[in-house]
Amino acid sequence: MTITQDPTATATATATATTATTEARVPGDDQLRRLTTEQLDAFGAEMDAIRQRVLGQLGQEDADYIRKVVKAQRGFEVAGRALFYLPPAWPLAVAALSVSKILDNMEIGHNVMHGQYDWLGDPGLNSRMYDWDNVCPGEQWKYSHNYIHHTFTNILGKDRDIGYGVLRMDSDQKWHPYYLGNPVYALLLMVFFEWGVAMHDLEVENIVSGKRSLEDNKAIYPGLMRKIKRQALKDYVLFPALTGPLFPLTFAGNATANLIRNIWAFNIIFCGHFPAGVATFSEEECENESRGHWYYRQLLGSANITGGKLFHVMTGNLSHQIEHHLFPDLPARRYPEIAEEVREICDRYGIGYNEGPLGQQLLSVAKKICRFALPDKKSDLVPSFLRKPAAGTVTETSLAA
Amino acid sequence: MSLTASPLQSLLRSRALAALTSPHGVDRYLEQVNPMWAAHEVRARVVSVRRETVGVDTAPVATLTLQPTATWGGHRAGQYVQVGVDLPGSAKRFTRCFSISSAASAPGEQFTLTIRAHDEGQVSSFLVAQAQPGQMIHLSQAMGDFTLTESPATPTINHLVMISGGSGITPVMSMVRTLLRDGYDGRANRKVTFLHYARSPEDQIFAEELAEIAAGDNHVDVHLRYGDRVFSEFELRRLVPDFRDVDTWACGPGGLIELVHAAYGVDVGSAQGSRLRVEFFKPPMTVSGPAEGQVSFSRSGAGAANTGASLLEQAEALGLEPEFGCRMGICFSCTKTKTEGTVRNVVTGAESSLPDEDIQICVSAPVGDCVVDL
Repeated sequence: MTITQDPTATATATATATTATTEARVPGDDQLRRLTTEQLDAFGAEMDAIRQRVLGQLGQEDADYIRKVVKAQRGFEVAGRALFYLPPAWPLAVAALSVSKILDNMEIGHNVMHGQYDWLGDPGLNSRMYDWDNVCPGEQWKYSHNYIHHTFTNILGKDRDIGYGVLRMDSDQKWHPYYLGNPVYALLLMVFFEWGVAMHDLEVENIVSGKRSLEDNKAIYPGLMRKIKRQALKDYVLFPALTGPLFPLTFAGNATANLIRNIWAFNIIFCGHFPAGVATFSEEECENESRGHWYYRQLLGSANITGGKLFHVMTGNLSHQIEHHLFPDLPARRYPEIAEEVREICDRYGIGYNEGPLGQQLLSVAKKICRFALPDKKSDLVPSFLRKPAAGTVTETSLAA
Repeated sequence: MSLTASPLQSLLRSRALAALTSPHGVDRYLEQVNPMWAAHEVRARVVSVRRETVGVDTAPVATLTLQPTATWGGHRAGQYVQVGVDLPGSAKRFTRCFSISSAASAPGEQFTLTIRAHDEGQVSSFLVAQAQPGQMIHLSQAMGDFTLTESPATPTINHLVMISGGSGITPVMSMVRTLLRDGYDGRANRKVTFLHYARSPEDQIFAEELAEIAAGDNHVDVHLRYGDRVFSEFELRRLVPDFRDVDTWACGPGGLIELVHAAYGVDVGSAQGSRLRVEFFKPPMTVSGPAEGQVSFSRSGAGAANTGASLLEQAEALGLEPEFGCRMGICFSCTKTKTEGTVRNVVTGAESSLPDEDIQICVSAPVGDCVVDL
């Protein structure tokens, strides 16, 4: 397990502790503490109990909530499309359409496709049926996300969401001069996030490294192309054409709404996975892991963003990434209430619970993206006689500069 | 306001509108405005609820009149429909199949369901006891091949036999009503023998209407049997001596259907080619030969000796709770993957030994060792 801590808070830039035992390590304020197998089992049992209790409580309130969100999303979408007929209302139209796409992709799409509402038996809110308003086919996303990412969360070499195969987000990812472009790649991934999510399933990095052949991707192309064509036809041909002479304005408006959604989703997701303090694990550590260790790995592999109720809804409650990783199939609207219990349990076990306001988490992620653009061994870049012994406070700014 | 105009319907179903509403589809938007608006899906509003029997000893029965959306394609007499209801409280949608009791309907036309509130049936209990006018329900299109083949408008000399038990009267009633409604001058236009078995006169659904039909000059003979009087070939032969050569529709519980099969000299699941057409609430569980082997549910790790019952029932007996719907091989809610072994479809009698095969566990019984991913 590797825990990258904020170098301004501790003496070392990264505290690496890879163990092959079944025991896990917990980040403390200034030292690492081991959690015994028994403690892990007890911790897992407490998490299971939360899960069982919430499952038993699911009912009308959850159904009413998600249908209310769907109604709001459809309303914003129709309003957005309609407001493009009034050129002065262009910013309003873009705002409404952006809100629609964000709600559709995050609070509805992401969560419904996780199967959080399958228990309703409503085909319109079923993970097998739902598809979201972006270029990634839901069918393909569900495999890479629900199975690969949520099963192997933050296991290096298995979880392809660590850096999305493009970025270097962990010291255990071997440095290569390619990663000097880390901040640029991150910026591009943010701007084209829906395309990044769609292309993610092509596993380009595995093709480059020879682990996967182009042949393996053949089955993916038809579904991907169909979805891309439909989305492009709708946003960049049909709706602009329907506004007649306002075609360019509507075209630009739809592109802007997609861009705003891309930026928002990218930032929320990166703040949930990559702020300082979030841990990664090695494959050896996770061999034959217990249920308790799985929960523990989920917890250490995520971070929360604090904020108000509306903020949480707009993030699809992925501001509670910790609870989402612990209980990916529970309706996300339950995460805030679950979070209080999880925080209390973490306190008792002395496990760090990573949360902070959006600005703080964003800054932390940005620092990390820049830091890992460079090799870990400072000696690679800085001549040894320039380094101060013992202090080791090579600051973020000097490296990023 | 309803969307019945056909140009509007074709617009709603157009490729252009599908492209504009991709990936969600037109219906996901229309339903937000008015639940009775639909382009593809079928829904209905309950117009009225009429108590048929109060259910002194047995479960009560009610008839629901439904106004479907304009997407309803109509039904042929004898067909059934899948009904989905969001149960209050749990908010879960359950889907069950119910036969349509009214005469054949045209697209968009009202029709009725006559439902007995089974104790264990959450959907039927809700529809009979709690549903009020205005309640929205989800529907499939009409389904099923247990239909009247005779055109009521054309007089023939063909004799027809209808045999039903309990609430199995509903599809048969739809046929008789269709014959009388569409026939000439309120007549069925051919001889119809209608033999029905109910627990008691109090428990008789459609009692008044049946009495009227029996008394009317309409070619329909109604024979009602109560209590312990079970179906017998002897009785049928007395009423219709050449019954094996007469087109027959039979609907009722598995036990009745097995007796009728025996009378017509055909095996359950192989009535094709004979004059007999059947529909049953629960598949007759005829185990051919002793049940052998071991049934294993690989995901849960549960397993036991094969009892010969359906895989769904055997799973439930082991404490598992697999998803299910109609429990009669219609709705595919219970489909699971059989990884090893042979299963027999208890409805058709067909056996299948393909590995990794999707099967409907409600109508599949293991033949020997069997492993299901459940």
